[in-house]
Amino acid sequence: MQFWIIQGLNSLSLGGLLFLLASGFSLIFGLMRLANLTHGAFFMLGTYFGATAMRANSDLSIWTVAVSAGVAVAAIGGLFERLVLTRLKTNPLGQVLVTLGMSFIISDACLALWGGDSIPVPTPQNLQAPTRLFGFVFPTYRLVLVGCAITAAITLYLLLERTRLGAMIRAGVDDAQMARAVGIPVANLFTIVFCLGAGIAGAGGVLGGPILSAYPGLDADMLPLALIVVILGGIGSLLGAFIGSFIVGFIYTFGTALFPELAYIILFLPMILVLALRPQGLLGRLGA
Amino acid sequence: MNSAEPTCALEISHLRKSFGGLVATHDVSLTIRPGERRLIIGPNGAGKTTLFNQITGDLQSTAGQIRLFGVDVTHLTPYRRAHLGLARTYQIITLFDRDTLEHNVTLGLLGLRPSRWQMWRPLSYYGDLSTEARRILDAVGLLHLADSLVSDLAYGEKRRVELAMALAQKPRVLLLDEPLAGLSNAERATVKALIAAIPRETAVVMIEHDMDTALDLAETVTLLNYGRVIVDGERDAVVADPKTREVYLGV
Amino acid sequence: MKWIAAVLFAAMLVLLPSVAGDFYVNLASQILIAAIFALSLNLLVGFGGMTSLGHASFLGVAAYISALLTSRYGFAHGPAAIVSIAGTTAMAAVFGVIALRASGLGFLMITLALSQVLWGLAYRMSNVTNGDNGIAGLTRPMPFGISLDSAASFYWFALAVASVSFLMMTTFVSSAFGSSLKGVRDQPRRMAALGFNPWMIRWITFIYAGFWGGVSGLLYVYYNKYIHPTSLSTTSSAEALLGVIAGGSGTLSGPAVGAALVLLLKNYASAYVERWNMLLGLVFLFIVLVMPTGIVPGLSKLLNLRRGSR
Repeated sequence: MQFWIIQGLNSLSLGGLLFLLASGFSLIFGLMRLANLTHGAFFMLGTYFGATAMRANSDLSIWTVAVSAGVAVAAIGGLFERLVLTRLKTNPLGQVLVTLGMSFIISDACLALWGGDSIPVPTPQNLQAPTRLFGFVFPTYRLVLVGCAITAAITLYLLLERTRLGAMIRAGVDDAQMARAVGIPVANLFTIVFCLGAGIAGAGGVLGGPILSAYPGLDADMLPLALIVVILGGIGSLLGAFIGSFIVGFIYTFGTALFPELAYIILFLPMILVLALRPQGLLGRLGA
Repeated sequence: MNSAEPTCALEISHLRKSFGGLVATHDVSLTIRPGERRLIIGPNGAGKTTLFNQITGDLQSTAGQIRLFGVDVTHLTPYRRAHLGLARTYQIITLFDRDTLEHNVTLGLLGLRPSRWQMWRPLSYYGDLSTEARRILDAVGLLHLADSLVSDLAYGEKRRVELAMALAQKPRVLLLDEPLAGLSNAERATVKALIAAIPRETAVVMIEHDMDTALDLAETVTLLNYGRVIVDGERDAVVADPKTREVYLGV
Repeated sequence: MKWIAAVLFAAMLVLLPSVAGDFYVNLASQILIAAIFALSLNLLVGFGGMTSLGHASFLGVAAYISALLTSRYGFAHGPAAIVSIAGTTAMAAVFGVIALRASGLGFLMITLALSQVLWGLAYRMSNVTNGDNGIAGLTRPMPFGISLDSAASFYWFALAVASVSFLMMTTFVSSAFGSSLKGVRDQPRRMAALGFNPWMIRWITFIYAGFWGGVSGLLYVYYNKYIHPTSLSTTSSAEALLGVIAGGSGTLSGPAVGAALVLLLKNYASAYVERWNMLLGLVFLFIVLVMPTGIVPGLSKLLNLRRGSR
């Protein structure tokens, strides 16, 4: 019983991390029609920033670190979007290719700066004590991660549905040309959303550090999971990304625990099923 | 099914297409005889092009049935319908810009031939395709441009290539979506003559706003409005019908 | 003129081992392998408009099947090669069905996800694939009893295979089917209305490209006598894609030129710096921003301009 509960919680916490990764990816895709292949690298960059900061000073609160790393990664993303992506407005394939190039640059830079060995990230001290609930023992940090993902989801939802910025983003997602015609500054919106997506990924990377640790190839491990999440959930749908993240979190965690060698293949199955039955994804709209 | 020629080339019954809450075509029923010349008219947004897209299979119908020479094609893919003798042109010119006129028409010919799957021989091996493509270009008066790129053509010439590609298929039912749109008077006369010369083996269904030219070509007329058939019948009867005046003049 | 140039070029290729040392002959073999791989990817990217970021799947899987069959299950090279190519082609058929549910960026994401899954599998199924250690100590085949262990003999073998593959892919592109493929790339709706089956055309092309990707994978494992999960990585797919785009996607010889340039760059750069991935990334940015149509179309445009001005 303890096995199932612990693995269940592990699934939820991985799902939460995936949501932090995939929600930004999905948002960027929905608005900019851009498959941002740098997204895994943004996440990894966050993890390395977090690992460095928290190992250097164990008194730092993980929240402070996550926010500052998020801002730093958002700034890098913003520069990239302004300096490179905007030059390729009419070349969607070129945009994808430069995001791929950028991901190579970031991951190789990480390798050069932090070396080839895995860097473990300590769990914050105040979250190390296990939580006892209904007679079971839970690792507190993983519970907190699930809470973070839910908070992020609600915040993003409110941002999109209840604010002026959100209304402009939704208009852009529906029809960028029309949005431009009615005077919405779509170019600025692109930069904001790209920064936002990169920032969430960076902060997610910090929060993922204590359970994943920082290592070369983390980006290549995370990106396909995010891709599968958005293929499952439907590209450009926030709720789809939320549901897809937890589905992938569960399948991957239980797959790894029960059939360690086949976990990757098991990930295929829901993706194939969804593509066969609903190619637009669980909650995607056709043509999106 | 008996071996005699079916009496209907195209038979549409209770066809409907809705996009979410918006209904584009509403219980449309039509019958086109083999070789018939039919004009479809109606204000913008009446559902004319949607109807064409349903007939060709570019849009799946929400309800209703489409029969082509007695065969139920309602759920067939567009390319299967093409093999049953259906061809079309597009209101917005849809050609292969970076290829020559001859190549464009050749694709029209190739589409219905088994040799389209051949991957071990160069296309130029099939000399008859080239001969046939040039013959068709000659028929629409564009032989002298056979080796030019489509992107170098004038708009009116592109319209004629649209027509040539469809005619290359020797269709039994040909759908023309505004074949005269955007043409000058002289070009109109040319294209009108080309349409008039289409052999009688082909039933022609045409959407057109230019009544002066199009009515001359039509035997029968269907008036659509808000996705419904308002009037349907012989040309003169439809023109004289008070409902036609009502739709067009708002009287 | 063109004929003379072609004959001279062919003679140069055949005679290369008698004028160049082993180092350059080996480099030339690697270029030939990369060229076959890039040409097969170009069928998808350039002629089919299907940008795949998972083409390394076919190279890697063909190489792994051959490596496993010959080193572990005692297969002779002939049967192992047949099983390897057949298996890779069958996998392409399955991957094609999955990836072609989407188009454009969706297609790209699915191919990337599928290949990443294979890469992860090669790493983690270490009792089969030997994981990060890779499979070493492999042998080269001996077609008609001729040993391919010398640099020159392997080069000629690779040259023969590359010539056949170039000829077949060129014919494929200029065939009736190739015309259909280009038509479906440019105007899929129109092609369907003309009686072509766009899905089937794309799927067959995907399988054909997978087949040649598998052939290049076999040569790859014969050449290296070693196979490692990196052959399945995104980097491996991306190198080929960079070759295709740098050389000029949708041209016949461009991808071969591009693949050669990427390989030379990789060889020379790695002699001086360890940072190949960073360099690869920078070259990607440079090519896409500065010469998005590729080197070969750019050069031929330049040549035409000069001819025109005479």
